[in-house]
Amino acid sequence: MATAAETAKHAEQEQVRRRWLLSTPALIIIFVAAIGPLFVMLAYSFMAKGDYGDVKFGTFSLDGWTSVLFQRDIFDDTLGLADAHLSILWRSLRLSFYTTVLTLIFGFPTAYFISTRPPHTREIWVFLVTIPFWTNLLIRTFAMQQVIRNEGLVNTALIWLGIIERPLQIMHTDVAILLGMVYVYLPLMVLPLYASMEKLDFRLVEAGYDLYASRLQVLWRIIIPLVKPGIIAGSILVFIPSLGAYVIPRILGGGKNMMLGNLIELQFGSGRNWPLGAAISITLMAMVMVALLVYVRNATRSGAGHG
Amino acid sequence: MSDRPARNAIEVRSVSKIFGSGEARFAALDRVSVEIRENEFFTLLGPSGCGKTTLLRLIAGFDFPSEGEIFLHGEDIAPLPPFKRPVNTVFQSYALFPHMTVAENIGFGLEMLGKPRAEIEARVAQMLKLVRMEQLAGRRTSQISGGQQQRVALARALAPQPKVLLLDEPLSALDFKLRKEMQIELKRLQHETGITFIFVTHDQEEALTMSDRIAVMSAGKILQVGTPWDIYDKPAERFVADFIGETNFLTGTVDGIANGVGRARLGSGIEIPATIAEGFAPNGAATIIVRPEHARAVKSGGHLAGTVETIVYFGTDTHIHVRLDQGDVFTVRQQNSRSQSCGFEIGDRAGIEIAADGAQVLRD
Repeated sequence: MATAAETAKHAEQEQVRRRWLLSTPALIIIFVAAIGPLFVMLAYSFMAKGDYGDVKFGTFSLDGWTSVLFQRDIFDDTLGLADAHLSILWRSLRLSFYTTVLTLIFGFPTAYFISTRPPHTREIWVFLVTIPFWTNLLIRTFAMQQVIRNEGLVNTALIWLGIIERPLQIMHTDVAILLGMVYVYLPLMVLPLYASMEKLDFRLVEAGYDLYASRLQVLWRIIIPLVKPGIIAGSILVFIPSLGAYVIPRILGGGKNMMLGNLIELQFGSGRNWPLGAAISITLMAMVMVALLVYVRNATRSGAGHG
Repeated sequence: MSDRPARNAIEVRSVSKIFGSGEARFAALDRVSVEIRENEFFTLLGPSGCGKTTLLRLIAGFDFPSEGEIFLHGEDIAPLPPFKRPVNTVFQSYALFPHMTVAENIGFGLEMLGKPRAEIEARVAQMLKLVRMEQLAGRRTSQISGGQQQRVALARALAPQPKVLLLDEPLSALDFKLRKEMQIELKRLQHETGITFIFVTHDQEEALTMSDRIAVMSAGKILQVGTPWDIYDKPAERFVADFIGETNFLTGTVDGIANGVGRARLGSGIEIPATIAEGFAPNGAATIIVRPEHARAVKSGGHLAGTVETIVYFGTDTHIHVRLDQGDVFTVRQQNSRSQSCGFEIGDRAGIEIAADGAQVLRD
């Protein structure tokens, strides 16, 4: 008996060992490519900045972290709130939130339209939605610039129609960044929404109408609750890259309207403040994590607690 | 309630429903007219694709007729959307809301009608009792069995007290025993609520046992409307006679028609009395039907003669298939008794005696 149990235990241990061995390559990649660099960043954020960029190795400093929110007055050396950083942080959060809401508003009817087409035409519509992905983000952003700049399509058309006399200043405003982000991230909202709507049983919609629910009530009480997983997935997929957007605010927002991505780039580039750049990067990651946690908790609570 | 003169709950007037256009044009319903009385258990019976579900969907408001009018208690409802019609549906797949509990499902219609909370709760409790589901009010619809889902679907559709309840093959997903149980349950519910039921099925036995009246449909048309007895014993057309129950088709000539009864001369030259379907036009050959239980196999004599081909024992009765001298096979159903066999062997000569009121002449 005892020997049999022992052999079984040995066999099990052997199996566990082999399983670890087989997953070693994957683990190495995860550590070297994903977790390792995070620790490097974390370490850099706690070091003093070098005079020409980089960091002073081994010199511990909290300056990187304090300057995320505060700045030292150059005359009397007192700490004050870093207004510029706060406004960039606020702009990032605000624009990412608006982008998520707008892509949801435009994406929802789009996904609904596609999922109500006959099966063979659905694939064509999904394919059309993904076409913008074939073009580089940089080029798509410049294309957007062509549309909204002072001599661009929109302004030329509006002037020609006599609606305005002078071109609207859209470029280098938050509106330009928002337009760019909504355009670029819309497919990321449409695709997960479509995936959940495709599974929606439209007989439930008919049952709703049959039970005296108006179109709006069917939308709120039946369709939205049932496609909620898609709404959550789409919102996460749009909100996270929006928060870290770099190319779009750089081109459409100009130098003045920065978002977090641009601020980080600035610190590693001409700002020559790597510890600050590292600290902001980690802050950004923490914000994304918080956003994810809030969503996940919300999703599980409303999913299980309904009854 | 019963001494009030029956008036029409639903009146369908010359309704057509065309899908597609050009070469793909398909008439799911072709100028259909039917009147369904109040408090009636009315069945639309037919094979799949006959248009019965389409007609139900037009009454519910999920589709709109291409032509014609639909009246509910005399009011034209054809242009109304489904949420403005006092009509509820029990769907074939039940279509229960998976994100709501049993009680929330049942209360949904009342909630949408803007009823006060106390009234909704009282009505939901009443409905749960009616379908005997009190214990499961808080369950999710995914946590209950098919039969229970069926009851919830019924309770949900009955809760808003519709003027007409539409049932789209609601029993087809249930196993045999549960289906029998639910048939009785449905009859009880219809009796207790006094609501007009319009029931769609392709199961002729279900239609015969449950309905007050049946409309037999085929290829977008209603062929015959009548009580189960009418439909079974006095089918007007070949399709109806063939679709419902087993039938022997004979050819012959008919004359001497008076008061819906005539003399039918069979292939053997013998004349028998037969009831005549409405709309029959005597022009040469006529189709005469005889149900297997309305005929008897006899050793000698009878109206037709032939040779016993097969004998099939069914427990309650025995089917004897006789190859007639004219060439067709005629089936006779005989009640079994414990002490005697049917009295025939394969290959025996047999005569067929048709009961005095056993023959019916079809109009086509």
